[in-house]
Amino acid sequence: MTRDRADPRSGGRLMDMVPHLILMLGVLIFAFPIYVTIIGSTWDAATIGRGNLPLTPGGEMLNNYASAWSESQGNRVMHTPVRIMMWNSLVMALVIALGKIAISIISAYAVAFFRFPLRMVFFWMIFITLMLPVEVRIIPTYEVVANLGLIDSYAGLTIPLIASATATLLFRQFFLTIPDELVEAAKIDGAGALRFFVDVVLPLSRTNIAALFVILFIYGWNQYLWPLLITNSAEMETVVIGITKMIGNGEAATDWNLIMATTVLAMLPPVAVVVLMQRWFVKGLVDSEK
Amino acid sequence: MQRRVIFDNRALPYLLLAPQVAVTLIFFIWPAAQALWQSVHLQDAFGLRSQFVGLENFESVLSDPNYLETVKTTIIFSASVTVLSLASALGLAVMADSKIRAASAYKTLLIWPYALAPAVAAVLWMFIFNPDIGILGRALNNLGYAWDYRLNDGQALTMVILAASWKQVSYNFIFFLAGLQAIPRSVLEAASIDGAGAVRRFWTITFPLLSPTTFFLLVVNIVYAFFETFGTIHALTHGGPGKATETLIFRVYQDGVVNHDLGGSSAQSVILMVIVIALTAIQFRFVERKVHYS
Repeated sequence: MTRDRADPRSGGRLMDMVPHLILMLGVLIFAFPIYVTIIGSTWDAATIGRGNLPLTPGGEMLNNYASAWSESQGNRVMHTPVRIMMWNSLVMALVIALGKIAISIISAYAVAFFRFPLRMVFFWMIFITLMLPVEVRIIPTYEVVANLGLIDSYAGLTIPLIASATATLLFRQFFLTIPDELVEAAKIDGAGALRFFVDVVLPLSRTNIAALFVILFIYGWNQYLWPLLITNSAEMETVVIGITKMIGNGEAATDWNLIMATTVLAMLPPVAVVVLMQRWFVKGLVDSEK
Repeated sequence: MQRRVIFDNRALPYLLLAPQVAVTLIFFIWPAAQALWQSVHLQDAFGLRSQFVGLENFESVLSDPNYLETVKTTIIFSASVTVLSLASALGLAVMADSKIRAASAYKTLLIWPYALAPAVAAVLWMFIFNPDIGILGRALNNLGYAWDYRLNDGQALTMVILAASWKQVSYNFIFFLAGLQAIPRSVLEAASIDGAGAVRRFWTITFPLLSPTTFFLLVVNIVYAFFETFGTIHALTHGGPGKATETLIFRVYQDGVVNHDLGGSSAQSVILMVIVIALTAIQFRFVERKVHYS
């Protein structure tokens, strides 16, 4: 009982079991659909279609992944080969993540380190985009992209999503904490604004950049509405859109084995990024609250 | 706010701002202005002629019983998703914050769903709850419960709520955990010495101290339920059966992209923009207040 008093977060021996049970239940609820999906990707379409999917792996794993990866037709549905869709998703996620970071960091630098006419006008103009998610302006934005001839192109897929008020605000916030002495010293040493940016600001921003990269990569990879509107050709399809097109109406007579294999492949890159870069990812999320 | 020490350069700051400003003008400000313009005009189906009609589009949207039904669906959907995902995330975070072994393993196992696309989460749920092939969907039917979310309104709405909440729990979990870890242990210890039990400590100390996090998450979750669940709904039910799972954002897409009603869709967009602006304003006023406290 003395242990109880010393640490209020720990209960008795029996009470210690409660958190474990609840957390295990939580893990189970998250893991079960994934488990079933992975199992589904190792059986043939007929077994799944009959609705008798066993809870142990089947023998079709290599076949399913190979045909989802490189072929464009299963027994019942046409689809874009997953390797093409994964490539499109990867390009989209990388361009959005790196593009957002690049244009936000230089604009934040301009706002934080210079005083010039219209500074606040520009700042508010960027700020206001916080309030305009792509979902509420889909049709006019689509028209702009169509008029620029960017339908079915990587540019159309990525550039309209590249402006980010959140990243700009985050970098600006961080730049304001860089000590004045450091700037003074750099100026005395004869370093100009660009020099200071490359030699001091960029290295100092490393962790912020890493954190933002994780969040923005996932944001880009998981886009749905925008690629749905902006891409028509199979060659430009992203994997998240591709899966739902393969499902169609969700009939039993669908190549569920290929859909499950595609789902597993579509999940791998973003989940890997989150698990491997957990530390930065959590830091980035919690920091961007401010 | 501005730094004291700055660089002197005439052209450079404009050059640095140019890419961001260009993207913002072309893809944010211009389309938003366009939406405003279209919302007060009536266009023929080919977009060749348009006529100023004032607030007529808004009137017809707001007096459409169908639209009001969509508003109702959206409110039920958003409130359920917010409450469900906040409550379960808080429960899990409190448990993960207690001093137990393997806490960090649990954390990793609980935060990865953040990485899933809403539409992919929908596919996972569909695969399990599909009445023909899904393990749980078939089990429900075998137990004598007529389960088919493709036909039953209530079941369809339940499905999209569960799938959307399921995906959001991990995000809320991360913030609650960060909030919990910021609470000074000494306060809880003092209460413990005074004889307060675990439940009492939670409601009188932990929960009030978590209220800034909870409020922040409340706004974020409402925004998520409103805008980011389009993929979940589109993949899972396509708004159906009938219009049972059609939310406001789904309807903007449906009316504008599928039915080519530009005026009506733009009026709806403008209504949604007002909602976002209101939510953002609330959040910022609150954040400002929080800054004053610290």
